[in-house]
Amino acid sequence: MNNATTAPAIELKGISKAFGPVQANKDISIRVMPGTIHGIIGENGAGKSTLMSILYGFYKADKGEIFIGGQKTEIPDSQAAIAAGIGMVFQHFKLVENFTVLENIILGAEDGRLLKPSLAKARKSLLELAAEYELNVDPDALIEEIGVGMQQRVEILKALYRQADILILDEPTGVLTPSEADQLFRILGRLREEGKTIILITHKLREIMEATDTVSVMRRGEMTATVKTEDTSPEKLAELMVGRKVLLQVDKTPPTLGDIVLDVQNLRVVDEQGVERLKSISLNVRAGEILGIAGVAGNGQSELLEVLGGYADGTGSVTLNGEAIDLTGKYSDGKTRRARGIAHVPEDRQREGLIMDYSAWENTAFGYHDDPAYQSGIFINNAAIRQDTEEKMERFDVRPPNPRLSAKNFSGGNQQKIVLAREIERNPDLLLIGQPTRGVDIGAIEFIHQQIVALRDQGKAILLVSVELEEILSLADRVAVMFDGHIMGERAAGETDEKELGLMMAGVET
Amino acid sequence: MDFFTLIQILDATVRLAIPLLLACLAGLFSERAGIFDIGLEGKMLAAAFFSAAIASMTGSVWIGLLAGIAASLFLSGVHGLASITFRGNQLISGVAINFLAAGMTVLIAQSWFSQGGRTPSLSGAERFNPINFPGALTTTNEVKAASPLMQVYSELLSGHSLLVYFALLTVPMTWWLLYRTRFGLRLRAVGENPAAVDTAGVSVVGLRYAAVAICGILCGIAGAYLSTALQAGFVKDMSAGRGFIALAALIFAKWRPWHALYATFLFGLFQALELRPDVIEAVIGMKIQGQFLGALPYIMTVVILAGFVGKAIPPRAGGEPYVKER
Repeated sequence: MNNATTAPAIELKGISKAFGPVQANKDISIRVMPGTIHGIIGENGAGKSTLMSILYGFYKADKGEIFIGGQKTEIPDSQAAIAAGIGMVFQHFKLVENFTVLENIILGAEDGRLLKPSLAKARKSLLELAAEYELNVDPDALIEEIGVGMQQRVEILKALYRQADILILDEPTGVLTPSEADQLFRILGRLREEGKTIILITHKLREIMEATDTVSVMRRGEMTATVKTEDTSPEKLAELMVGRKVLLQVDKTPPTLGDIVLDVQNLRVVDEQGVERLKSISLNVRAGEILGIAGVAGNGQSELLEVLGGYADGTGSVTLNGEAIDLTGKYSDGKTRRARGIAHVPEDRQREGLIMDYSAWENTAFGYHDDPAYQSGIFINNAAIRQDTEEKMERFDVRPPNPRLSAKNFSGGNQQKIVLAREIERNPDLLLIGQPTRGVDIGAIEFIHQQIVALRDQGKAILLVSVELEEILSLADRVAVMFDGHIMGERAAGETDEKELGLMMAGVET
Repeated sequence: MDFFTLIQILDATVRLAIPLLLACLAGLFSERAGIFDIGLEGKMLAAAFFSAAIASMTGSVWIGLLAGIAASLFLSGVHGLASITFRGNQLISGVAINFLAAGMTVLIAQSWFSQGGRTPSLSGAERFNPINFPGALTTTNEVKAASPLMQVYSELLSGHSLLVYFALLTVPMTWWLLYRTRFGLRLRAVGENPAAVDTAGVSVVGLRYAAVAICGILCGIAGAYLSTALQAGFVKDMSAGRGFIALAALIFAKWRPWHALYATFLFGLFQALELRPDVIEAVIGMKIQGQFLGALPYIMTVVILAGFVGKAIPPRAGGEPYVKER
């Protein structure tokens, strides 16, 4: 009896998994005690997701054993994982958008061939669960009509409805506002009190420090350490993740402000459905300054970048160094913008920044393919572009430094470096940069941040859009918060904090 | 136009709408599960040929029907293999099935029967014959002289083959299956977000094959209806684009069973009117080209797709092979 109470909720012994030549998991062992929140942290590609996919039956491990509650358990598929009491909340929710909350909850866990009794039973237990864990949702709401925070609750309820004792959450706060994230952590705490075991996968050190009891660090497919959270610090964890000392704080001096480079007045954007995405935005960026745009994804930041970058139409006035910029018509495009000195590192580098099937050198030429240095008579001088790309790759520490490799074969961080090298080496007056470190590992984040600050110190104007509040606070000199298509307010970076910005991001006047 | 002419046109509408309805519901099952199927046409054609050929050889329309369903199921299996198991392009697979059926039916018909790519004419037990309701009048002159109610009963309700009544039953059955059963919930889910079904521990592949199989069965019945009930034997290309009109009706119906009934009957009416240019001229006082009526279903579908009359949103995972992500 005594033994049963102390048996780990989950124990993995010697798990290994390879995809072709890539060893995603190498001999991983981990013990997760019941009634605790166990964090797993690591860079992209460290093998966290692979490990959890093995636990949830998506992949079969090449080697190793899984013990659930002390019992050796085989998990060949998701059905088996659910039966073993494991529930998973994926980073991208697995919900059917045009189904109701209730229908999503019973999907795959129906009680019989007919829906009516299943729905009635689920409605009842949903109310009980809601009361027990403070997880209120409207059972009859359609998923597409509720917010992401609510959708995440549905995912958690889905797992609880299937009587999960072990809950795995993969990067759960990526889509949440800071207050929604706080709420999530309260719910997780509540679940822990009720004796549930929670595995929290994240790359955010702050969340690990705040929410977990124990933390395991993964690096390059290996488990490098498991420590009690109270015995460690963010700096130590970062070092364990990357394998060397990392500067978490961006080193920067106070800005030397110059003239206004970008001046935006009353900028409006109406999308194809007639919805007003930008509601009369006014802002400016000076030379030698980083203006950070904070906000939860989908509040108009993307549209702002698209209009300024020249691939969406808008109305209002935008000037660069005092000269007007066309917001519609044939001179409103990315090429003209680049010629005027506006470089753009788009938010979604895999869709807007690169063509994934093209090689690094081809990608480096995009937008600058008319550069005389790339021409040879009426032909494009491929060799010159390759040579140039190779030099850029060296300066930006792109690994592997092979210009002939397709963009898709580089890691997220290295893809971003390719885009960054293409844009900032052209000596632009203004750099538009969206989500510079999304999906980028810590080591590369440090480098990218240094490049952005270096550009600022050269007296360039930078408009930075990021959903990572930490990033905005550490890079920006001035912060503007966007909510529902307008600017909630501006603050000097030194005179505000996450709490105040978080409220503004949620639309609260401060 | 007198009342009897109206009834006659509606009667023709029913007969012409039935294959559209069956094919449309077939497509509904497949597409609601996320498998686009432009091979409805080919499956109907293959089923039409095999049911006529086997009925002619065995003398039993029932064995013919089974053969037609088997032929259609075989092509469904090919489509399933290509688009579910091997994650190929669903449109290409559908096009291939259409070509295959168009060519093979004529080739086999010529080799078996040597009648220029036809099957022999079917008669008696080789066909689905009209079922006359008790007390229904059977000759045109008798019906013409009867009361309006009797005209409706005898001409419109009575006198269709068994498959017509079966097809009408499939509409509520489909609705019930989709919206009232576990299978239906999962089927609709797999067409919207297969990952949700997969992570819930239900087989995406299994559900999609089931949907494709139902599609095959319904197409098989539609094809058998063409050659053994509507007509008496198989002729080259006898499906005559009905598979495509059924797809148009499916979009028009926004992938909903009852609306599929309305859409296919509307399109069936156009086809019935195409056969009676005299009536149109009498009613609206001008001549309309039959081809225009034939094109009307497609024109209306384009209008629907352009978003003028509400919005037709196809199942969101439609056409996309499901690949597990990490």
